[in-house]
Amino acid sequence: MGVEGIGARVARKEDKRFLTGKGRYTDDMSVPGMKYAIFVRSPYAHAKIRSIDAAAAKAMPGVIGVLDGKQLLADGIGNLICGWMIHSKDGSPMKMGAWRPLAHETVRYVGDAVAIVVADSVAEAKDAAEAVVVDYEELPVVTDATKALEQGQPQLHPEAPNNLIFDWQIGDPAATDKAIAAAAHVTEITIHNNRLSPNPMEPRATLGIYDGGDDHYTCYTTSQNPHVARLVMSAFYNVAPENKLRVIAPDVGGGFGSKIYIYPEEIVCLWASKRTGVPVKWTSDRTEAFLTDAHGRDHLSKVKMAFDANNRIIGLKVDTVANLGAYMSLFSSAVPTYLYATLLSGQYDIPAIHANVRTVYTNTAPVDAYRGAGRPEATYLLERTMETAARELGVSPAELRRINFIRTFPHQTPVIMNYDAGDYDASLDAAMKAADWNGFAARKAEAAGRGMKRGIGMSCYIEACGIAPSAAVGSLGAGVGLWESAEVRVNAVGTIEVLTGSHSHGQGHETTFAQLVADRFGVPIDSVNIVHGDTDKVQMGMGTYGSRSGAVGMSAVVKALDKVEAKAKKIAAHLMEADESDIVIENGELKVAGTDKTVPWFQMALAAYTAHNLPPGMEPGLKEGAFYDPANFTFPAGCYICEVEVDPETGVTKIIQFVAADDFGNIINPMIVEGQVHGGLAQGIGQALLENVHYDPENGQLLTASYMDYAMPRADDLPSFKVSTSNTPCPNNPLGIKGCGEAGAIGSPPALINAITDAIGNNRLTMPATPQKVWAAAHAAN
Amino acid sequence: MYETHYHRASSIQDAVKLRQAAGEGKYLSGGMTLIPTMKQRLAAPSDLVDVRQVPEMKGISVSGRTVRIGAATTHFDVASSSELAALCPAISGLASHIGDPHVRHMGTIGGSIANNDPAADYPSAMLALDATIITDRREIAAGDFFTGLFETALEDGELVTAVTFEAPAKAGYQKFANPASRYAMTGVFVVRRDNGDVRVAVTGAGSNGVFRHEGIEAALSAQWSPDALANVTVDPSDLLSDIHADATYRANLVKVMAKRAVAAARAD
Ligand SMILES: Cc1cc2nc3c(=O)[nH]c(=O)nc-3n(C[C@H](O)[C@H](O)[C@H](O)COP(=O)(O)OP(=O)(O)OC[C@H]3O[C@@H](n4cnc5c(N)ncnc54)[C@H](O)[C@@H]3O)c2cc1C
Repeated sequence: MGVEGIGARVARKEDKRFLTGKGRYTDDMSVPGMKYAIFVRSPYAHAKIRSIDAAAAKAMPGVIGVLDGKQLLADGIGNLICGWMIHSKDGSPMKMGAWRPLAHETVRYVGDAVAIVVADSVAEAKDAAEAVVVDYEELPVVTDATKALEQGQPQLHPEAPNNLIFDWQIGDPAATDKAIAAAAHVTEITIHNNRLSPNPMEPRATLGIYDGGDDHYTCYTTSQNPHVARLVMSAFYNVAPENKLRVIAPDVGGGFGSKIYIYPEEIVCLWASKRTGVPVKWTSDRTEAFLTDAHGRDHLSKVKMAFDANNRIIGLKVDTVANLGAYMSLFSSAVPTYLYATLLSGQYDIPAIHANVRTVYTNTAPVDAYRGAGRPEATYLLERTMETAARELGVSPAELRRINFIRTFPHQTPVIMNYDAGDYDASLDAAMKAADWNGFAARKAEAAGRGMKRGIGMSCYIEACGIAPSAAVGSLGAGVGLWESAEVRVNAVGTIEVLTGSHSHGQGHETTFAQLVADRFGVPIDSVNIVHGDTDKVQMGMGTYGSRSGAVGMSAVVKALDKVEAKAKKIAAHLMEADESDIVIENGELKVAGTDKTVPWFQMALAAYTAHNLPPGMEPGLKEGAFYDPANFTFPAGCYICEVEVDPETGVTKIIQFVAADDFGNIINPMIVEGQVHGGLAQGIGQALLENVHYDPENGQLLTASYMDYAMPRADDLPSFKVSTSNTPCPNNPLGIKGCGEAGAIGSPPALINAITDAIGNNRLTMPATPQKVWAAAHAAN
Repeated sequence: MYETHYHRASSIQDAVKLRQAAGEGKYLSGGMTLIPTMKQRLAAPSDLVDVRQVPEMKGISVSGRTVRIGAATTHFDVASSSELAALCPAISGLASHIGDPHVRHMGTIGGSIANNDPAADYPSAMLALDATIITDRREIAAGDFFTGLFETALEDGELVTAVTFEAPAKAGYQKFANPASRYAMTGVFVVRRDNGDVRVAVTGAGSNGVFRHEGIEAALSAQWSPDALANVTVDPSDLLSDIHADATYRANLVKVMAKRAVAAARAD
């Protein structure tokens, strides 16, 4: 592997910039004549807009313009769209209600934008925004998805009667019902998956620049996928054709999914820049982020799991209601369907599965993919059900899982997925050993002596990364392909630029992608630069989400490297008068195998560009590109074990240990992988113990709109994690990579909740398991 | 934030004068509550009179068992005073758990009690210690000072300059932190005097702010031990319910925190 190659624990190249405050984020961007935008937002969760009077605001000091939704409509700017078509089981297409970038008729959640104010300073823009008079007629509100489906509830969109967006199913209902009817035991449970706010450290921001000379737009934005942003803004929102729109996502301080989507603010700032003639910058404050960043999860599911007399699962039936909020965000329809229900087989050989999913509009912020996107929902549901079943059946949780593990691959599940490789026993064994599972009884007894209730719980998760192949996702309704692109440019002096359509917003691509090159050519990673996040530099790409950058983005780099290597070898062979097949590349040199003839890498590169002595017919230069479309998803899996102590007097849960044993396939940089797991675990533990988006059900006000009320996990909420990997390489991509970005957040919540319910002897517990809930459950009968 | 005018007071007199001269003025101490409120445009004082540099309002002095803490003394200074730690470690411990290091280096005791946030820590200490709040014009007993949610006996323009109290024989404070804000979801400060008098004040839980709990006081007067609380009941009807905890749970916390505060006081 070499000191900087594949598998090396290389320190992150980008950290110096980030840790010394030298990062360049969207809000750091400044251009001549730039002005500041503030959005006027609805204080009501549901209301008709009778009128908007901006006369007073326009007259205020420093104000350049106040624009509203009628003007936006008149200029032909389109609706925001959901890019994944789902059909209900009756064949009808999903009911997509109109989402205007600036509402001009109806507002549907607190924070819905109705106007933009552009002024010389943020303070002046805020002053003027307060002076915009919006006359609202309040309408009744519904925030709960199950309630929104009932008769007589407030209706959000005329397109969607009873607020139902689609009623979709997957799997075989008849076979599943038959299995349940014939079962020796059926475990039934209701599972609630709480609503979360993504909270990236950097709030969203955008800078829209219109250049009247060329009729050209530039959009700096906090995006995980600038090319998708450009595609959607030109194809659907009529902002500008692609050749007239440059999207740049510079350093981005975390996304967790929330920066995949195109939001009203990007579109409106670009449009406002043209309307007002000045570059327009908007930066979200934290409360705006709580109000308007797409939320995650919010599912309620009823589950039946059927077992035969040998404790083998023979059927699984799931009925889920998913809250999508006031509007359908860009990938909102895919999350509770193809990213969720297709994972309901877990690590288990289940012959019959049926899942029904209804998605619903409510007067809340839009809900879309958030770290894990669908797989945490599936995992939490399955792994709580397995734990519950083990208790009901009187089998140890590990034993019940082992009885049902899939052991032969490839394995076709009844819900589309075809698992390519895995060894679930290996991660279960590793986790149980690391957690000293067998010593638990003694530890529990010791804790009881101190008046504490100790519990242990596990979770065996599987997830799917690098969603693919494009033709398959297209047939399931995706509006885009899910390949990735790369270009490798070798400069005349031998330094290398790798252009990628992946986007790094904390994942460390500048290091790991460079490690691929270092590994291949033996050059130092300092001579390799990763270029990403700018549609003028990288031609096209699909961005970063769903843990796809390694499996898909790096595979594209590998394909481009193959082409560079082939040409480099031809040049070297020509220079050394050797046969191309005898050339090997080692330590930055091209050598003729078995001889002492060598050409240094930089000399070969120079030869490519001087073109004085190239093989006959060869084009000068050394630059190759590739597109990579994977053959399948990848399937990371693992086992997490959590041990807790509950204080019965207060209900406080203390995590004593947390073990994560993952199978991520081959690993490029173990340190970065561990970092991803740690971060994911913190997020999953946050969901399980602390975090909850809380709307007032009466009026739809967001009650958790700041960190005073929204509880983020902090260092002292977390134990020191014990992480390890045991890897089966993925057979479907050249690097054998599976993906590690979301696993921690996917696998951890059920392990933690299973541990708490074990400790208190009551399975009726919902996330977040706050001290009050745990205290009440501990003192109630099961 | 709306436009405002900043003044730095050099003395108590100067502060009061500046405040009187201002239209809609406010005293500014650590700014840990006031500045965020202004940033959110929920407060719009025309003038800020900064009292943190007033020499008479800074620092801790001890004579015998009488403690005086200047209103502009930071939480960090209270937490790290060795004199105070020797006389009344409970108040040092309380100060050391307010917010985070930034907050403790800026926020002050005067600002905290003048603000009287129902979830703030100091009000419980002041009430249990039977402290006297000294202002530019009078002395107010803690029992008369805290009058409701964010309400105090302070008149318009009245400046808290210091607090004083007699160090008790025993004192203990236990805080159950709100998981999000880490303010007190319930905090209980217990004090026992040499003469056997017991005062117990509860913050974070009362629907009308900090209060004394007579049932707990009576039980602890009879027997100064955590076990004495076994049969005490805490009535939830006057307690807060919010998205973090309901009144029933807070009632449980009042009792548990009181027990633990007594245990902590006995151990000191
Ligand atoms: C992140 C964070 C966490 C916190 N956590 C906690 C916590 O755990 N527990 C806790 O108790 N508090 C907490 N606080 C609040 C903190 O203790 C503040 O110090 C306190 O609330 C206000 O004190 P200050 O000196 O900052 O006052 P300021 O913000 O300057 O003033 C507050 C109010 O008091 C008035 N005022 C200030 N000084 C005087 C005076 N001398 N006389 C009369 N009126 C005056 C001001 O006009 C203003 O209305 C937290 C604050 C933050 C920002």
